[in-house]
Amino acid sequence: MTDYFDSKAHIVVEELTMAYGDFVLQRDLTFTIRRGEIFIIMGGSGCGKSTLLKHLIGLKKPARGGIYFHGRNYWQMEENDREKVTRTFGVLYQGGALWSSLTLAENIALPLEEYTELSARQIRKIAALKLALVGLKGFEDYYPAQISGGMVKRAGLARAMALDPEILFFDEPSAGLDPISSRLLDDLILQLRDSLDATIVVVTHELASIFAIADNSVFLDAAAGTMIAAGNPKTLLAEAKDPVVRNFLTRGGSMPVSNPGAIGEGCR
Amino acid sequence: MIEFRRPEGGRLVISLQGNWREGGNYPPFAAVQNQLEQSPAPLHVAFDCSGLTGWNSVLITFLIDIIDYAQRHGIEVERESLPPGIAGLLKLAYAVPERAGARQEEARPPLVERLGQAVYGLWISTAEALSFIGEATMACGRLLRGRARFRCRELLLIIQECGIRALPIVSLISVLVGLILAFVGSIQLSMFGAQIYIANLVGIGIFRQMGAIMTGVIMAGRTGAAFAAQLGTMQTTEEIDALKTLGIPPMDYLVLPRMIALFLMMPLLCLYADFMGVLGGFIVGVTMLDLNFLEYYHQTIGAIRLNDLWVGLFMSAVFGVLIAAIGCLRGLQCERSAAAVGNATTSAVVTAIVAIVIATATITVLCNILGI
Repeated sequence: MTDYFDSKAHIVVEELTMAYGDFVLQRDLTFTIRRGEIFIIMGGSGCGKSTLLKHLIGLKKPARGGIYFHGRNYWQMEENDREKVTRTFGVLYQGGALWSSLTLAENIALPLEEYTELSARQIRKIAALKLALVGLKGFEDYYPAQISGGMVKRAGLARAMALDPEILFFDEPSAGLDPISSRLLDDLILQLRDSLDATIVVVTHELASIFAIADNSVFLDAAAGTMIAAGNPKTLLAEAKDPVVRNFLTRGGSMPVSNPGAIGEGCR
Repeated sequence: MIEFRRPEGGRLVISLQGNWREGGNYPPFAAVQNQLEQSPAPLHVAFDCSGLTGWNSVLITFLIDIIDYAQRHGIEVERESLPPGIAGLLKLAYAVPERAGARQEEARPPLVERLGQAVYGLWISTAEALSFIGEATMACGRLLRGRARFRCRELLLIIQECGIRALPIVSLISVLVGLILAFVGSIQLSMFGAQIYIANLVGIGIFRQMGAIMTGVIMAGRTGAAFAAQLGTMQTTEEIDALKTLGIPPMDYLVLPRMIALFLMMPLLCLYADFMGVLGGFIVGVTMLDLNFLEYYHQTIGAIRLNDLWVGLFMSAVFGVLIAAIGCLRGLQCERSAAAVGNATTSAVVTAIVAIVIATATITVLCNILGI
């Protein structure tokens, strides 16, 4: 095994190629996510950040390469083992993805009912606790359609934490939130990392969040079709030579302005 | 709105005037082209905007036509003579050159390629359907072993939705179908003085075939479409992804309760539709053909065999599974956009109705062979 499988490695992505049919989105992605760190997947729009997340949570199978959890290749495990690993994930989807036919408490209760032997009373109590952790105490019996977008997102986070996951994945957590809510969510992520001792993987392009929470990161580029930088974003800002990475981290500081064609083109 | 001046050799001044926002007759580009083609051909084009009181996108596109033409013919355009707002928009419009290959040519592929694509598409959808059937069968197996994972409350809700709530529409359609059958039949039968056989026609027709088929068509439009739309929307909002990452198979949690609900409810709805259809025939028979109430009743009872009832109920149970499976399959196949949900819904209804007709034909032929 190569050196990126160190003793603290939680997730290792090795020479991963992501493709839709014949169309290769990203190739040769290799990086390590260590236990207890907040890892950011960043890059311009359309570079494959969310697709990489889908690969990490087992929704998409790699075209080539492997994803290892605690040193074991996810796609080469027995189905039972794979399910067990999947159960250590908590995912907050971009739109919350709460099940609309269930109340908030039921949303959180469903995975608990599936995988634990707890009594209905205990489950209800845990659901209430998780909602309280994200500031939604008393909203147990609301349906997702009855609460605001920000609250749906928080409830989604509560559900992601239902099974006390080892890894929390966030897909664009600040999308659609005002700057203050976004900042509060960052604080919450930091607090959760510290109290739950979980590994946290965040897909985002929100610079303020990136600098506030990241321990480590990987930078995907659509044009290069692979990762072009990795490391702590603050270090990258100080040291990265690549103009694409620099442009991204400085909000296009060195780019010619007034170029609508560059919007969503991966900071070139 | 435009005038032309040629102040000195080699210069054309286009004077833009009036308020372009007010609409009216916009000048055609041909007028400018005429001027540009007149000899001596101008070397510079300038604009005089002193009389321009308002402008809109029509003016911008007009100017773009002029600039493009001028560029092709080596004529210089003095953009500085335009007001800053217009010059700014033109600058933006020309900031990014057209990307090579961005324009989509609507070239029609050759016949062989289209045929190949169609066959390949058919192969893919057949493979998807087969894998869905396989997974659904395995889910049924888990259900029989008591290991399927879904919420009973969810099942009861779906049963309520596709059972009791469907009664009004099933009543209406079935009574009307009974009425229509009786009406059409009565014209023919009364020519022989055989009006009483209306009871046989309606009774057998409804119990053996029409009750099940009409219920099937109603449920395909009502419930099959709803299933496809629900699952399709869940696909777009990532709710199905959320189930998968929690290790809850959508097949167990979403598809199975829907199939069970329709499998249980369809025969009941069909039985109800049968009685409603016979009631429709009865109304025509008694009120319009002057048949006696008891006479009609006994004739109906005498005509219908128990086998007719069983065949109808069996068909409806088959339809129930088909409608639910097709609705769910289309919902799960749905892509992530609003239009895709619409397509999934349409496709669910169309496929379900086709499946109902094919199943009816198959069952009818089988019954014929088996002598049922």
